[in-house]
Amino acid sequence: MLNGLAAGCIYGLIALGFVLIYKATEMVNFAQGDLLMLGAFVAFTLIEGFGLNYWIAFAGAVLFMAVFGYLLDTVVLRQVIGQPQFAVVMLTIGLGFIFRAAASMIWGTETRSFETPFTGGVIRAGGLVIADVNASIVAGTAILCAALYAFFRFTRIGVAMQAASQNQLAAYYMGIPVKMIFSLIWAISAGVAAVAGILLAPVAFIDVTIGLLGLKAFAAAVLGGFGSIPGAVIGGLVIGVIEQFSGVYLAEGFKDVAAYVVILGVLFLRPQGLFGNIGRKRV
Amino acid sequence: MRFLFKTDYNQDINLFPDNVARFWYGLLMVALIAAPFVLENFWLGEISYVLILAVVGIGLMLLVGYTGQVSLGHAAFLGIGAYTHAVLLKLGVPFVISVPAATLLSAFIGAVIGFPALRLTGIYLAIATLAFAFIIEQILIRWEDVTGGFAGFPVPRPEAFGVAITDDVPFYYLCLGATVLAVLVALNLLRTPTGRAFIAIRDSEIAAQSMGVNLARYKTLAFAISAGFTGFGGTLFAHKIGYLAPDAFNILLSIQLLLMVVVGGLGSIHGAIYGAIFVGALPQMIAILRDYLPENIARQPGLEPGLFGVILVFFILFEPLGIYGRWLKVKLYFSLFPLYKKATFKRQKTYTKSERFR
Amino acid sequence: MTLFQADNIAINFGGIKAVDGVSFAINKGEVFTIIGPNGAGKTTVFNLISRIYNPTEGRLIFEGRDITSVPPHQIAGMGIARTFQNIELFEHATVLQNLLLGRHAHRGTKPWWEMVFAPHVRKSELAHREKAEHVIDFLDLQHYRDTLIVNLPYGARKVVELARALCSEPKLLLLDEPSSGLNTEETEDMAWWIQDIKNELGITVLMVEHDMSLVNEVSDRVLALNYGRVLAQGTPSEVQSHPEVVKAYLGG
Repeated sequence: MLNGLAAGCIYGLIALGFVLIYKATEMVNFAQGDLLMLGAFVAFTLIEGFGLNYWIAFAGAVLFMAVFGYLLDTVVLRQVIGQPQFAVVMLTIGLGFIFRAAASMIWGTETRSFETPFTGGVIRAGGLVIADVNASIVAGTAILCAALYAFFRFTRIGVAMQAASQNQLAAYYMGIPVKMIFSLIWAISAGVAAVAGILLAPVAFIDVTIGLLGLKAFAAAVLGGFGSIPGAVIGGLVIGVIEQFSGVYLAEGFKDVAAYVVILGVLFLRPQGLFGNIGRKRV
Repeated sequence: MRFLFKTDYNQDINLFPDNVARFWYGLLMVALIAAPFVLENFWLGEISYVLILAVVGIGLMLLVGYTGQVSLGHAAFLGIGAYTHAVLLKLGVPFVISVPAATLLSAFIGAVIGFPALRLTGIYLAIATLAFAFIIEQILIRWEDVTGGFAGFPVPRPEAFGVAITDDVPFYYLCLGATVLAVLVALNLLRTPTGRAFIAIRDSEIAAQSMGVNLARYKTLAFAISAGFTGFGGTLFAHKIGYLAPDAFNILLSIQLLLMVVVGGLGSIHGAIYGAIFVGALPQMIAILRDYLPENIARQPGLEPGLFGVILVFFILFEPLGIYGRWLKVKLYFSLFPLYKKATFKRQKTYTKSERFR
Repeated sequence: MTLFQADNIAINFGGIKAVDGVSFAINKGEVFTIIGPNGAGKTTVFNLISRIYNPTEGRLIFEGRDITSVPPHQIAGMGIARTFQNIELFEHATVLQNLLLGRHAHRGTKPWWEMVFAPHVRKSELAHREKAEHVIDFLDLQHYRDTLIVNLPYGARKVVELARALCSEPKLLLLDEPSSGLNTEETEDMAWWIQDIKNELGITVLMVEHDMSLVNEVSDRVLALNYGRVLAQGTPSEVQSHPEVVKAYLGG
C-alpha cells in the first residue's frame, strides 16, 4: 500500500503544479508531466555528468527548472493571455511535444537512473518494512506542501498571487505586478515538478516518456477539485491507492485504466471534485 | 474591390454567394474528378488520405470550432468507426450497410459521451474526452475476441455495385464523394437553425438558453454529429491503412486531428479542408525535411511529434486564425491595395477572461 | 388583464436573501419598471422570470400558467424574451445571425431535414429572414446587418440585444437597464423605441432602469425594490414621492 501512497504523492505533486497554474492564470499546463521529466534529466546530468553531490544537484535542478518555468511564461505563455482556453490547451500540448523531442535529442531515448541516498535502503519500523525511496517520496511531498502552504498564507507575494488569480485587471490597479506574479507561479510549478521528478527517479526509470504520468495526475487534480491545492495532493494519494488496489485485485489492464475511469466518474457525478466549487456567471 | 450587390434573400441562404464562386468551385470539382486520368495511383492515394482527413476534420470542426466543445479524444471515434466497419465486413455484411452502421454506432456513442458531458465546460470537458479516449483504446486492445487486440485486424476488401471498392481509383472516387457529402451536410447545418444554435452555445450559453436553445439537446447533437462524421471517416480510414492496430488510435492521433482544425483555422469549413491538406502532406514534408537535417536530429523517433509541437506552438502564437485566416488576410490585402492598413488584424490587448463563469 | 404575476417570490444565495417576498402583477400592454439601488435584486428578479435561477419560494404565473418550474430554454417559446445588463450577444457571429437566433424558438424545422436542406427548410429560412428584416427596419440596423458583433460599438450592441429579443416575437419583453452606457441621444432613441414597442407592436414591457427621466417618460407603473423587498408600487409619480423610496434610492 505504501507503493500506492508513494505513487500517489508523485501524482499529487504533479497535480499540485497543475492547480497552482490553473488557480492563478486559468491555464491548464498539459506539459506539467514533461517538466517533471526535464527536472529528472537535469538532475541526472548534474549528478552523473558533473559529479555533484545528490543534495546539491537536487537544489540545482529545482532552481534550473524554476528559472526555465519563469522564462517559459515570460517568453511564450504571456503571448496568449486573454485567448480562449482552448488555445492555451493546444499550446501547452505542443510545448509538451517539443520538450519530449528536445529531451530525446539531448539525452537519447534510453532510460537513465542516478545514485540517490535512498536507493536500496529500508527502514524497519514496528514490524513494517518500508523502502527508503518510498519514505523519501512521502516525506519530501509533505515538506514541500508545508512550505508552499506557509508561502501562500503568510508572504505578501503569496497573497498577491491569490489576488491576481481572482481578478487580473483589479490586481493591476492595485499595483500588483501581475505578469511577474504569473511567471513566478510558473517558476514554482516547474520547481515542484522538478522535485517530483527527482523523488521519482529511484523508483521508476527515467526516460522521455515518463511525463505521460502527467495525464494520470489530471485524475488527481480533477478528483481534488481543480481549484484546490490540498485537494490536488489528496486526490493524488487517492488515485495512487486506487491504482495499487486495481493492480492487485482486478484483471490485467485495469490498472492502466483506473485513473481514467476515476476521472470520468468524478466529472460526471461530482464535477467540482472533493474540494472545489463551480462558479456561475452573474448576468 | 468587388462589391457583392444583394437583391434577394436567397443569395445569403445559398451555398455560393455568386456566380464567380460557383465557377471556381466548379472548376475545382472538374479537376478533382479528372485527376485519376492525369495522376499516378500514388498521388491518388495521397489525395484520398487528405479527403479522409477532411471528412474527419469537418466533424471535429463542427464540435470544436462551431459549438466550442473541446475534444481531446476524437481518435477514439475514428477507431470505433474503423473497427466496427472492419468487423461487420468480416461478418459478411455488405459494404453499403456496413458504412452507415459504423457511422451510426459512432454517432450513438458520441451522444452517449456528450450527454453526461453536458455539465462539463472547457478544461473539464477536454479532460473527460481524454479519459474516454484512453478507455476506448484499452477496450480495443483487451477485447481480443472481436478486435484481435495487438495482433491486429486485417481489413477485408469488399466489392460494392460490382466494383472492387478498395482499389486505388474507385477508392479515390469513394473518398471524393464522401468529402463532398460531408461538406454539403456541414454547410447545410450551418445555414439553418441547428448550426446557428451550435454557434450560440459556443459564444454564450446563457443567451442561447434565453433564445430557446435547449443546451442539452444541442450539445448532445453536436457530439453525435461530430462523432458520426469521424466514424464515417474511420470506415474509409480502415481501408486506407488496410490493417487495424489498436494503438493507431491513440492520443497522438487525437492531437493530430486537433492540430488539423487549429492550423486550418477554427470556425470555418475551409479551415478544416486546409488543415486536412496540411496534416495530410505533413509526413511527406517531414520525410523530405529529414534529408536536410543533421544526422542525429533526423534519426530521432521523436522528431515527428516534436515538429507537431513546433507547428502547433507557432500557429497558436503567431497565426491563431490558421491557414484560412492567413488566406483571408492576404485576400483582403489585395482587395484593399494600396489602402490596406497594417493594423487591421492587430490583436487588442486582452486580459484573462475567466472561463470559470460562463 | 394580468399578463404576468409574481407571487411572493424569494431566493436565497447561501444565506443572503437576494429577493424576499416580492409580489407584483403586470397588465397586458403596459410598461412596468423596477427601480432600486444596486444590489436590490432587480436583475435577480429578471433571472428568476427567465428561469435562469430557481426561486426558493413563491410562484411565477404567466398568462395564467405556472411557470415556476419551466426549464430556461422553454421560456422563449412561451413568449418571454429578455435583454441582458452586460450584453450577452453571440460575439463571433454577425448581427443578422444573432437576430435569426432570436427566432430559434419558432424554428419549425428538424435537424434531419436541415442536413439535406429540404425545400421546406429553405422556405422556413426565407420566412425567418423576412421577420428579422422587419425588426431591422424597426430599429434601423440595416447598415450593421453583416457586421460581426466584435466589431460593433457599445451603443449598437445594445440595440442589437433589443433587436434579438424582439425577433422572438415575445408577449412580454424584459429589458435589463436598456439605457445604461448610452448617451442622451441614444437614450432618447431608446425611449421612442420602447413606446413604439408598446404602441405599435403591442408588446408588454418589464424593465429595470436607473435613468429616472426615461422611467418617467415611458412607464405606466413602477415598482421600487430595496434589499430584495418591495418598497413601493404604483404610478411613477406616486413611487417617486414615496418617502421610503426617496430615502433609500432617490435622495434629496
